Amino acid sequence: MTRREKENLRTGLLFISPWIAGFLFLSVYPLVATLYYSLSDYSVLSPAVFVGLENYRNLATDPIFWKSVYNTFFFAAFALPLGLLVSLTLAILLNFDLPGRGIFRTVFFLPSLMPMVCLAVLWQWMLNGDLGLINNALRPPLDAFNALFGTNLTPPNWLQEPVYAKWGIIFTALWGVGQAVVIYLAGLQDVPRHLYESAEIDGANFWKKTWHITLPMISPVIYFNLVMGLIGSFQVFAVPYVMTEGGDGPERSLLFMATYLYQNAFDYWSMGYACAIGLVLFVVILVLTILATRLSARHVHYEGN
Amino acid sequence: MPRSSSNIKTRAWLLGGVVATLLAAGCDGRPNDPDGRVVVRYWDKWSGSEAKAMQQVVDDFNASQDRIRVEYSSVSQINRKLMLAIGGGNPPDVAGLFGNTLAVYAENNALTPLDKLAAENGVTRDDYIGVFWDICNHRGRLWGLPSAPASLALVWNKKLFREAGLDPDRPPQSIAELEEYNDKLARRDENGRLIGAGLLPSEPGWWPAIWGWWFGGDLWDGERITADSPKNIAAMEWIASYPERFGARDLLSFRDGFGNFASPQNAFFTGRVAMVLQGPWIQNFIRDFAPPDFEWGAAPFPSSGPDEEGVTLVETDVLVIPAGAKHPREAFEFIRYANTQGPMEKLCIAQCKFSPLKEHSPDFLQRHPNPQIGTFLELAKSPHARFVPPLTFWVMYENDMKQAFGKVWTGAASPREALAEVQSRLQAEFERRRARWDRVAAVLQEGWNKQP
Repeated sequence: MTRREKENLRTGLLFISPWIAGFLFLSVYPLVATLYYSLSDYSVLSPAVFVGLENYRNLATDPIFWKSVYNTFFFAAFALPLGLLVSLTLAILLNFDLPGRGIFRTVFFLPSLMPMVCLAVLWQWMLNGDLGLINNALRPPLDAFNALFGTNLTPPNWLQEPVYAKWGIIFTALWGVGQAVVIYLAGLQDVPRHLYESAEIDGANFWKKTWHITLPMISPVIYFNLVMGLIGSFQVFAVPYVMTEGGDGPERSLLFMATYLYQNAFDYWSMGYACAIGLVLFVVILVLTILATRLSARHVHYEGN
Repeated sequence: MPRSSSNIKTRAWLLGGVVATLLAAGCDGRPNDPDGRVVVRYWDKWSGSEAKAMQQVVDDFNASQDRIRVEYSSVSQINRKLMLAIGGGNPPDVAGLFGNTLAVYAENNALTPLDKLAAENGVTRDDYIGVFWDICNHRGRLWGLPSAPASLALVWNKKLFREAGLDPDRPPQSIAELEEYNDKLARRDENGRLIGAGLLPSEPGWWPAIWGWWFGGDLWDGERITADSPKNIAAMEWIASYPERFGARDLLSFRDGFGNFASPQNAFFTGRVAMVLQGPWIQNFIRDFAPPDFEWGAAPFPSSGPDEEGVTLVETDVLVIPAGAKHPREAFEFIRYANTQGPMEKLCIAQCKFSPLKEHSPDFLQRHPNPQIGTFLELAKSPHARFVPPLTFWVMYENDMKQAFGKVWTGAASPREALAEVQSRLQAEFERRRARWDRVAAVLQEGWNKQP
């Protein structure tokens, strides 16, 4: 390296020093510290005592931890694909050249501007078993059904019954897809018109055009939304925490990994244990993201390549 | 272009310097008090009218002498913030905590033991209703002094009693009688949906862990967790009788129709439930949210047998000095002041609680806004007044009991199953925490011996 190159390097490094400092202090250090604390008995206030793998051994036999893992996977397994499907469908519909398109786009985007806590409180009322709008809508058809078949069906108390509680949260999550819709819309508008035109000349219908042109052309956007959705759904916390006033829900059906981490760290004073949960969650998300990247590699087309 | 390159370099250094400064900032540089007083920082969880009450006591203290100035701040979620402030080495000098968190703070070496300061100032157990002094002690040391205490009683709606043909001035005396009352007080609409009930253990459901007390059970015996003792199971069987009689889904849907506690839609104020387990503060909520003609009474909560008569939960807010506080002596002077009769009664009357001190002024009960305050005070003095076990994982215990309650309430588990699950998990946690205590006890005790 010449003297000039060295100087350039130093200047360059200085320029990105805010980022480097942020990365070192706000990302690398916490990660390393988490790893260390996960191997210790630590309550924030007293110095950490190294205990080796004890926290992980306890995790392996903690039924409540496994329940939170199950709940998290269950939520992700439904919320993620449903979210992708709903947001993509909405984006394609909103991309049609219709009068008032701008209004519809705004309407579907608006919910995602709402702070999480307001969203949670709002849906708490929507899903209320006695007074909720959803059950108000369900009651007449159920009554009609009961009259016809002599059954005695009643709508569920969404957030009070373990079988239905997770579905309540999944519906709530679907309401906030506006962000993804906007990203899809940007991708859709980037698809060159001439591809559709030549396909139309060849007699392709709407479905064929969607399958053979739209989806491949926006595949990088789908991939992006998939990864962001994956991370988001595995870290689900705020909405169920607020809705259940403490995070457990009926029979712990709404206890997710992030919630259990939070309870251990701040309610039970087991910061070391919480760090272990955090690392497990980190590894789960990392592995799934790598898997998603591998599996989708063949189907994602970048225009540059 | 040497000039512009050095220009760029200067800017780069500047940028780096700004970042370094920002990182180094965040340490608190407090200006000295202008009139040379020692500033005692005081955090408490109260806000609104409860904070105003304490602010008055603080103002009186500041006016009563010229060496110390207490600065009061309302801090929400005080447990978490205090934990981080102590961990970060910059705690306030006085903090107001819940008495049931003293064990976990003490065993984490987060508080200053007050035994010596109390002895020097002549503060002893004899000054207090004994149980409140006991709450403040853990592992043989004093960790705080009480501020506003409370006990729990059965609170009932006299109008609903009258409408159901019951004597409005005679609350149920036993669990069996409570259930007779419940049958008379339950109301259903033409479709058979529940629209009114007597007492529902789930409303407002703030103490899901302690129902066993009224059946003679306990949560631990000092050596073992006793969540699944026969008497606790008996209490849970009483809980299980509700979904059996009223229908699990009906109960959930009925409860979903209740509004927030602090609102006119509170189920007790709207007459949807006729009885609740509550503390003396209920008077403040009745004043603010209940209909103007609301008539109510308070009495000891009914028990399963004569041995449990007068059982109640007592709890108290406490004033503590965090470990690492800069002015512990001045802090204690303020705590001591707040624990003398005048200031204490001022605070407790404003917060609608009774005084934890053994002696109260002759007209205290007459001046008090809560007409039933005498009942709550007598309950606190009862030999069966109890406080929650001083376990460092009490929050976990309570949460697990809440889950067990929920399962029994919906019929998802039998009382025995639900409590067996709690028992095995918490006994394991108990042993882990005890092992941890054994590891650190000697060092901690030695450190505490050297405290001011």
